[in-house]
Amino acid sequence: MLKVRDIAVERSGVPVLSGVSFDLAAGHALILRGPNGIGKTTLLRTLAGLQEPTNGTCEFPVDQAAYASHADGIKTALTVRENLSFWADVYGNTVPDVIWDWFDLGDLRDRFAGTLSAGQKRRVGLARLGVISRKVLFLDEPTVSLDGFSVKLFSSFMRDHHLAHGGVAVIATHIDLGLGEAQTLDLTPFAAQDDGPSDSDEAFL
Amino acid sequence: MIALLLRDLRLATRAGGGFGLGLVFFLIVVVLVPFGVGPETAILSKIASGILWVAALLAALLSLDRIFALDFEDGALTLIATAPIPLEAVGLAKATAHWLTTGLPLTIAAPVLGVLLQLPANGYSFVALTLLLGTPALSMIGTFGAALTVGIRRGGLLLSLLVLPLYIPTLIFGAEAARRGTAGLDATTPLLMLAGITAGSIALLPFATAAVLRINLR
Repeated sequence: MLKVRDIAVERSGVPVLSGVSFDLAAGHALILRGPNGIGKTTLLRTLAGLQEPTNGTCEFPVDQAAYASHADGIKTALTVRENLSFWADVYGNTVPDVIWDWFDLGDLRDRFAGTLSAGQKRRVGLARLGVISRKVLFLDEPTVSLDGFSVKLFSSFMRDHHLAHGGVAVIATHIDLGLGEAQTLDLTPFAAQDDGPSDSDEAFL
Repeated sequence: MIALLLRDLRLATRAGGGFGLGLVFFLIVVVLVPFGVGPETAILSKIASGILWVAALLAALLSLDRIFALDFEDGALTLIATAPIPLEAVGLAKATAHWLTTGLPLTIAAPVLGVLLQLPANGYSFVALTLLLGTPALSMIGTFGAALTVGIRRGGLLLSLLVLPLYIPTLIFGAEAARRGTAGLDATTPLLMLAGITAGSIALLPFATAAVLRINLR
């Protein structure tokens, strides 16, 4: 469903990753690992179409893709319900009633998002994924500021409601999500060779 | 697109949304002018239409940096850019929301404030008409400027410097049409030019806005 071939990406003109290839069949997730600054976010932004890859190709049903960044994009002056219905409208869906249970938001639905804690906001941000119901998800650190219970909620959403229905997901994370069947890709070997000053000696030799 | 427009209108009317700031600024500028120019009614009635136009332009400028900056800061703009809604439509929706919360209230308030400036009786309709025709261009050009400066910290001043020169044609023809109308002269030509500027802005600038947003979000 998702096919990435020899992709190379850059951040502000500096190449960060090259030669990344992977395949994901429907119902599978890929966990991206690697130290800070290796280019996980850049790779996800490239896959999501926010920037062009400098090399390589990626194939997936573009009209089925969605991206979730570090930031949730929650408007603090709107209620939780208004926030989610906005995204539902944009994606041509309605907010399913089960979403409140999936992310344990039942008691918060009419609260203003500005009054929520960081973890609760994050849960609203993740609930957006359930509302828009896209098959191909690119998730950047989805579990930041979540407690253990919320991580479990998110894992079971991914496993039972996304992957089980034939979705795929590429997730950058540092923790174990408990998605048993997920493949893991360590990006360290794909770090782009730095063509900076360190190579300048060779030009003279 | 409608969803985005409704959301922006709702945000503008909520706490901290800034709805009415431009209107109050407009009121204050118009109240200050007689203090600066002096109370002679002959001078005031002569410059009233021009003052109303300049004040409306500055009031529209005041709220421009909110158009994209807030959505950029909380990450919503990135998510909107990857959503199934073209960025051209995003630009148009943002400009429409800005006009509905700034341009339209200014147009409605201008004739009322004209009383404070001794605006001649036949000027009220012309001031309202020219603002109604011209403020959509102010919002659309401003949205383009806001897209140019999105992602720049404290970009508000830069935004003003970029946008004010672009406002000059709208101001020239808008204020000229209002002045001629107030003086009882034929205002057809500047009115047509003003309408042309607005139509052209709405036709072309959403595409420029989308192109600039794409570059700034990269």
